[in-house]
Amino acid sequence: MTAADVTSVSEIDELRSQKTFIEKSADMFRKQPLGAVGFFVVLAMIIMAIFANYLAPYDPTLNDFAAMLIAPGADYWLGTDQFGRDIMSRLIYGARTALFVGFAASFVGATCGLVLGVMSAYFGGTFDLIFQRIMDVFMSFPLIIMALAIVSIFGPSTQNVIIAITIPFIPRCARVVRSNALAIREIPYVDAARALGFGHARIILRHMAPNVMAPFLIMLTSFVGQAILTEASLSYLGLGVQEPTPAWGLMLQGGAEEYIESEPWIAIFPGVAISLAVFGFNLFGDSVRDVLDPRLRTQ
Amino acid sequence: MSAAADTTTAPGAAGESDFLQVNNLRMYFPVTEGILIQRKVAEVKAVDGISFTMHKGETLGLVGESGCGKTTTGRCILQLEKITSGEILYDGQNVAKLNKSALSEYRQKVQVIFQDPFSSLNPRMKIGEILAEPMRVHGIIPDARKRDERVMELLNICGLSTRFADRYPHEMSGGQRQRVGIARALSVNPEFIVCDEAVSALDVSIQAQVINLLEDLRDEFGLTYLFISHDLSVVRHICHRVAVMYLGNMVELATCDELFDNPIHPYTRALLDAVPIPDPTVESAREHKIVTGEIPSPMNPPPGCVFHPRCELAVDSCKQAVPEFREVKPNHWVACTEV
Repeated sequence: MTAADVTSVSEIDELRSQKTFIEKSADMFRKQPLGAVGFFVVLAMIIMAIFANYLAPYDPTLNDFAAMLIAPGADYWLGTDQFGRDIMSRLIYGARTALFVGFAASFVGATCGLVLGVMSAYFGGTFDLIFQRIMDVFMSFPLIIMALAIVSIFGPSTQNVIIAITIPFIPRCARVVRSNALAIREIPYVDAARALGFGHARIILRHMAPNVMAPFLIMLTSFVGQAILTEASLSYLGLGVQEPTPAWGLMLQGGAEEYIESEPWIAIFPGVAISLAVFGFNLFGDSVRDVLDPRLRTQ
Repeated sequence: MSAAADTTTAPGAAGESDFLQVNNLRMYFPVTEGILIQRKVAEVKAVDGISFTMHKGETLGLVGESGCGKTTTGRCILQLEKITSGEILYDGQNVAKLNKSALSEYRQKVQVIFQDPFSSLNPRMKIGEILAEPMRVHGIIPDARKRDERVMELLNICGLSTRFADRYPHEMSGGQRQRVGIARALSVNPEFIVCDEAVSALDVSIQAQVINLLEDLRDEFGLTYLFISHDLSVVRHICHRVAVMYLGNMVELATCDELFDNPIHPYTRALLDAVPIPDPTVESAREHKIVTGEIPSPMNPPPGCVFHPRCELAVDSCKQAVPEFREVKPNHWVACTEV
């Protein structure tokens, strides 16, 4: 029977996958130039965060009262703040804080949202109804208000900032994932899994969740930028990361209040860093969406 | 609506031990309205009181037009739907009342092959994983290496090369995927398989191969099939007995040759008459009895005999009385008063 013949389709696929990773990346960047810009910003941030110890010229927490409020120049490329701390070093270490909070909050938030969204779609009925109304309650608060409320309950610290940003992300991801999972539930392979007697957890995690990866990845990448911005906002308000940890929002706050007229560089550089990071992640996220969307439509 | 329901003995082949017994099965899907508080505004009567039995090793064809409830009947037997009323007895056990472990056993005995080979396999899993997973979950073959051997064996049984174990479903053709679907159903060593339009989505040449495969498997493993199809020629080829459904009701049930040679119910006659004859001169010369009108909505089926608005034999009494599903000849059951 058909055992002997080889599917030509699979052979073509094999040929296609022989393109090297670099060639494929180049193809993608040509199609998504803005995405490539975003990608390099993200990459630069990740390198800064990982190699902060080697890249930073000074200790970011060292107060040097001999070198207070120095304008950008040869010794201090981006100047120093009111405690004599090197702004460039603090920016580089700040990338570590921003990425840690950004990735942790968006990954945990999106993953919880993925599982809850698929669960909601799979069980349906009353469970779905009640669960969605609870999600509606959470969604009715703007992200920053919700995060502020949670931080004021738990108290400000890096860990609590992550929790505060994670919780409002869950319903946002669950909502999007659920609508995709509702369509997946009607596909026969889910019925086949039920007919084979698989447990609910297996069907949700092994059969449904991997098939809603596209919306999950889109939500994940768009969350990172939002999380960085929210962390900076919370830190600016004094409810986020606490001194002396280098964080962009904190630096902005320290510089903006007193020194914006006389020593503007203290506030300008962290501001630029925040904008650039959020811009980069959003561009990258948008192009991830554009690449994944056609598959969403055909599925 | 309950005239046919009162018969205690479900129609089936007399004298055989009843392997599967479906008694007065009803499956109504609620139509709801409202966002917060959902009210039931109507019901879709997908299956409205059907009864039949099957014995071991038999293939029963279930035919009828789209929306007549044949797939729903299959899904009820598979326990994929919660039935509204009636009972399904498998080996004498009511399948709706099985506890968790008994249901898990039942799921191993009763399997399904779906219509669409493109959507019935999880696109994120390799063929080998798809076939090994049921054996691992049910602990049929706990040893990983022996399980892999069994996967290869299943692929061979279904006429696929063992190379496919490392492939993803999208790398295969429709016919090959359907064979994987069959192999997956066989992985738990079932006794009974619901073939839900199992060959309808395939090309004619592939169809013939898959049908032959199904026949070979039936003979080799002593399988029992509920063969749901709208393709009458395929049903005639593979089935021992055939049941005709119309709008959630069973209108005729007979052995295969009897049904095709001597159809009694006016709907069955019209259905068989609609099959074109592959000779253009004969086809153009023959007179078709075309059923007039549209199939009524299953949300609001006509009272009395559901076929009466379109039936040429209908008399006034058909509008009120539900015709009893009676045995007009040995092993030939019809739900019609006028024949």
